[in-house]
Amino acid sequence: MRARICVSPKPSVLDPQGKAIGRALGALGFRGIREVRQGKLIEIDFEHTDPTEVRLRVEAMCKELLSNPVIEDYSIEIAPTEAGR
Amino acid sequence: MKASVIIFPGSNREPDLCAALERVTGREPDRVWHGEGSLAEDLDLIVLPGGFAYGDYLRVGAMAAHSPIMREVRARADRGTPVLGICNGFQILTETGILPGALLANRTLSFVCRDVYLRVENHQTIFTGSYSPGQILRVPVAHHDGSYNADVPTLDRLEERGLIAFRYCSASGEITDSENFNGSARAIAGIFNERRTVLGLMPHPENAIDPLLGSTDGRPFFEGLFNALSGRIAA
Repeated sequence: MRARICVSPKPSVLDPQGKAIGRALGALGFRGIREVRQGKLIEIDFEHTDPTEVRLRVEAMCKELLSNPVIEDYSIEIAPTEAGR
Repeated sequence: MKASVIIFPGSNREPDLCAALERVTGREPDRVWHGEGSLAEDLDLIVLPGGFAYGDYLRVGAMAAHSPIMREVRARADRGTPVLGICNGFQILTETGILPGALLANRTLSFVCRDVYLRVENHQTIFTGSYSPGQILRVPVAHHDGSYNADVPTLDRLEERGLIAFRYCSASGEITDSENFNGSARAIAGIFNERRTVLGLMPHPENAIDPLLGSTDGRPFFEGLFNALSGRIAA
């Protein structure tokens, strides 16, 4: 199984990188942008095949290391690893 | 006074820190590699220096917070051993949860390396005892991720309990938005733990101990700490 973890700054936290990206997009002529937030994507490929077990492990990883609850939220997607990977 | 300076892969401010400690205390601190599992029993001070531990991977201080030695640092901090974290050391202390909050990228997204002014917010601690109330210091900063952040209840608690050590200010001591160059919540430059035995700060007092470096305002910091800890040892 493969887990994709999206770690993003909490809405209450200032995100200067997101703001800079928003300004750059505006300068390029992209209209209608309300806000840009920048986070990070972490992919983990597991030997395990049970999605429930994988989710439990990833939750623990997020709490211990992958995210900082003071400043970040995270979301987890779990899917079968694609063939050939 | 027996001090240990913890070295992580990517620490780079430890020479200046060790020099400052040695100049003031007359004794060279021990350097302890982060992979060690224990610290000397009779330790009076633990210092986490500046730098870029683990290349700031994932988040500043995140990897270092899980180094083997940090378990011991936390245990000592819980027992009341004074701990000082400067710059990256402050970031590591927040990531470990020894101090509340977190440090984020400066609001300008640039690395700022220059002298700034600090106002002493609480002078009744082992770290700040040689300063007068509200004294203005000129001390250098050198960081990219120094924007202190915490939720409002935490910030209120820090304020109410006198746990803010230093704030960024103007040369005359005013707290203004423009002097708060990194965008820290309430212009916070450094905080104490509840018992005021742990201090984390972004500026570098160890780089303000010699007239050659433009300021000697950091020297009383180390002298005061040395006096407080020597008194503690004698008592």
